[in-house]
Amino acid sequence: MHPGIIFLGVVVGSVLFHIFTPWWWTDIASNWGAMDDTINLTFWIGGGVFILVCLFMVYCIFMFSYKEGRKVEYKPEDHKLEKILTIATTVGVIALLAPGLIVYNNYINTPKNALQVEVNAWQWGWQYRLPGEDGILGTAQVAKITDDNPFGINLDDPNGKDDILIEDDVLHLKTDRPVKILLRSLDVLHNYYVPQFRAKMDAIPGIITYYWFEPNKIGEYEVLCAEYCGVGHYAMRAKVIVESEGNYENWIKEQETFSDLIAKQESNESKLTLVAKSND
Amino acid sequence: MSDEYNQKNTPLEAQSSETMTDISGTTSKDIDYVRPAELPEQDLYHGHSFITKWVFCQDAKVIGVQYFLTAVFTGIVGLVLSWLMRLQLGYPDLVPFITAEHYYQFVTMHGMIMVVYFLTALFLGGFGNYLIPLMVGARDMVFPYVNMVSFWMFFIAVCVLMASFFVPGGPTGAGWTLYPPQAILPGTPGSNMGIILMLASLSLFVIGFTMGGLNYIITILQARTRGMTLMRMPLTIWGIFTATALAMLAFPALLVSCIMMTLDKMLETSFFMPAIIQAGEVLDYGGGSPVLFQHLFWFFGHPEVYIVALPAFGIVSDLISVHARKNIFGYRMMVWAIVGIGGLSFFVWAHHMYVSGMNPWFGFFFATTTLIIAVPTALKVYNWIITLFRANIRMNTVMLFCLGFIVTFVNGGITGIFLGNVAVDIPLSDTYFVIAHFHMVMGVAPLMVIMGAVYHWFPLVTGRMLSEKLGKWHFWFTFLGAYSIYFPMHYLGFIGVPRRYFEMYDSPYVASATGMNEFITVAALIVGFAQFIFIYNIVTSLSIGKPAGKNPWKANSLEWLTPEVPPAHGNWGEKLPVIHRWPYDFNVPGAKEDYITQTTPPSEVMSAEVEKT
Repeated sequence: MHPGIIFLGVVVGSVLFHIFTPWWWTDIASNWGAMDDTINLTFWIGGGVFILVCLFMVYCIFMFSYKEGRKVEYKPEDHKLEKILTIATTVGVIALLAPGLIVYNNYINTPKNALQVEVNAWQWGWQYRLPGEDGILGTAQVAKITDDNPFGINLDDPNGKDDILIEDDVLHLKTDRPVKILLRSLDVLHNYYVPQFRAKMDAIPGIITYYWFEPNKIGEYEVLCAEYCGVGHYAMRAKVIVESEGNYENWIKEQETFSDLIAKQESNESKLTLVAKSND
Repeated sequence: MSDEYNQKNTPLEAQSSETMTDISGTTSKDIDYVRPAELPEQDLYHGHSFITKWVFCQDAKVIGVQYFLTAVFTGIVGLVLSWLMRLQLGYPDLVPFITAEHYYQFVTMHGMIMVVYFLTALFLGGFGNYLIPLMVGARDMVFPYVNMVSFWMFFIAVCVLMASFFVPGGPTGAGWTLYPPQAILPGTPGSNMGIILMLASLSLFVIGFTMGGLNYIITILQARTRGMTLMRMPLTIWGIFTATALAMLAFPALLVSCIMMTLDKMLETSFFMPAIIQAGEVLDYGGGSPVLFQHLFWFFGHPEVYIVALPAFGIVSDLISVHARKNIFGYRMMVWAIVGIGGLSFFVWAHHMYVSGMNPWFGFFFATTTLIIAVPTALKVYNWIITLFRANIRMNTVMLFCLGFIVTFVNGGITGIFLGNVAVDIPLSDTYFVIAHFHMVMGVAPLMVIMGAVYHWFPLVTGRMLSEKLGKWHFWFTFLGAYSIYFPMHYLGFIGVPRRYFEMYDSPYVASATGMNEFITVAALIVGFAQFIFIYNIVTSLSIGKPAGKNPWKANSLEWLTPEVPPAHGNWGEKLPVIHRWPYDFNVPGAKEDYITQTTPPSEVMSAEVEKT
């Protein structure tokens, strides 16, 4: 069999695989449809180049395979052709880059009405902190983390007192409201990734990183850690529940604030002191 | 260029050395003129004992073979590790000893071995050493002794790396990128001796490689024979030269990051370590930046991709030209594309870090530079396929590997445009799309070139041909097998399957990937075993292969024109060759043969209408 037939088969097979593949995007559940669009655009332009280059190659090996005494073109350079190819490629690259940069610009500029959610990652789990009524998260430090202060919130910072603490890996979000995810890590790199939301960003110990999205489909989603973080990486999962505003408000009311936590601990401590005194 | 086509009355100034203003009336002696040598010839150390001839040898050709064999050995270790990983992914729990710890150790060692100890060492240490002196017409590297030390440093580096399999805790499982803080903290396998040996081995590698690299660069710049101008060098040499220059600039970044991380690990400095609380305990670190390591690593890591790719580009250009019996199209553009890609490769590193938490504004800059690199790269691809147009293509094993390279490289290059474009990268990064992309573009594609190059140059090195029949089987198994591993794998990335997952569990969208994972595992096992056809072919051909004779491919470049085949120590016998043209004069109109070697003086091919390039 002529090798050209097999190479042709590879090209045709690739195209057919792409058309009929059962493996494709999870249904999108956020505002980042534009990312899917840029990917599809890249598929069209890139796939077109792949097909053209490979078909031209297959044509050449069919037409010009070795024959004694075949007349071969001797033409080391062709400036005109080279110029045309350079310009065409540059145009193609710009057509891919420009929409990509526009989408990226939206990605890094968070809308003003975004809800803030701090995601705290460690080996190997997640917890969350939401700003209280003041809408501002209190400052926090890894070094301040204790059993009584699981997020390391600065006790002197008044903004921290009403912060809502969720010591659980299930996060609730309300639909159609942008969310700014602020990522913190207590130990190594992690990445808070929900395939259906498309967006992701690493959590880095020592700094706070962010990304935003707007969930627009009610449902439960699995969170995957997408940055290698040691031997438990593959098991570092969590859950996001996107729900209607009413359900979300009910959920948020049940959560404990930092001052609740302090109060609880103080009452525990005073009970302990009372017990201790009564023992005297 | 065609408008400058030389007419019959002035056919000869073309590839011949110094341009002469007035051709008419010159004698044949004048048109063959080549500028005299500027330096006296090199004195070589001739080894006499077995040890100085074959072990601590100063002959670049032997050193090249030593590099090649050592690299292939590490490559086989890497291959076996990939089988173990694939077994876990395709058939979890089938092999009881593959625990999560071991899995991550296999991932890490596979990646590091293949990128650094296999591909880099093979292309530059192996092909570089063997081919540079021969192709530029030198007797040896300019510093043969340093060259010998370079190999032995590499050998020690490999030993240290392999030793890490046997220390308590095993080799590091930090991922080949070795990102701190996890690389040196207890949550990662091999975070004690394993990581220290890895960092030590890399440092040794860089030191050894610097010795070799300086040799390659200086030999190419200083030791070319008479008439071998830079623009007459084969593209193989341009590729290796540029890649080595990149290595000299990029490896120091790796070395310093290794040293800094070793200090963080052993002396508890905090270059890369911020305040950390692990297992409820505040560690003695503070103030360092994990992102700094990533910048240093990828400042090395991205040029590293081109350190592997550029020699492959160069070699494949030469193989295509020789076996298509046609000059490489757009030689000068090919040279500038190699140099341009090399230069640009230092300004794109952070496209590996779009979701790393670096300043998000960097994304604009690095996406732009990354996509600019696509232009010279695409031009190279165009030139390869245009070279095939109206050529006379020998459909042998070498050419098949070149064609396989073009398909896989274009495929992998285009998925690179996905990942370079920052908005497209965000959903795809850290998924199997990335794995598929880089294996296609810097795994399979360069391997195609390496294998093609082995079939091409084996007759030169050993004096015998490899079996064509076995070669073709080897090619189809490897090409079709590797393609069916990595092409479907991209689609796992679309589903969102993250990389570096020991086990997928039963997430609904991941469950649909089970069948494909099994298929990929089977394909990987087959492709791996197909390599034993190759090894068998090499071993048997050493003794029963058809004798190659001189210049069996009718190539033009110098390495085939030595007085003895295989070339002896010193390469050129009594007299160094003199070069009159570029190595791509195939099927020149008016010439008797379909090739004109680089040493053929213009007076011997008076009727050939050689173009001035």
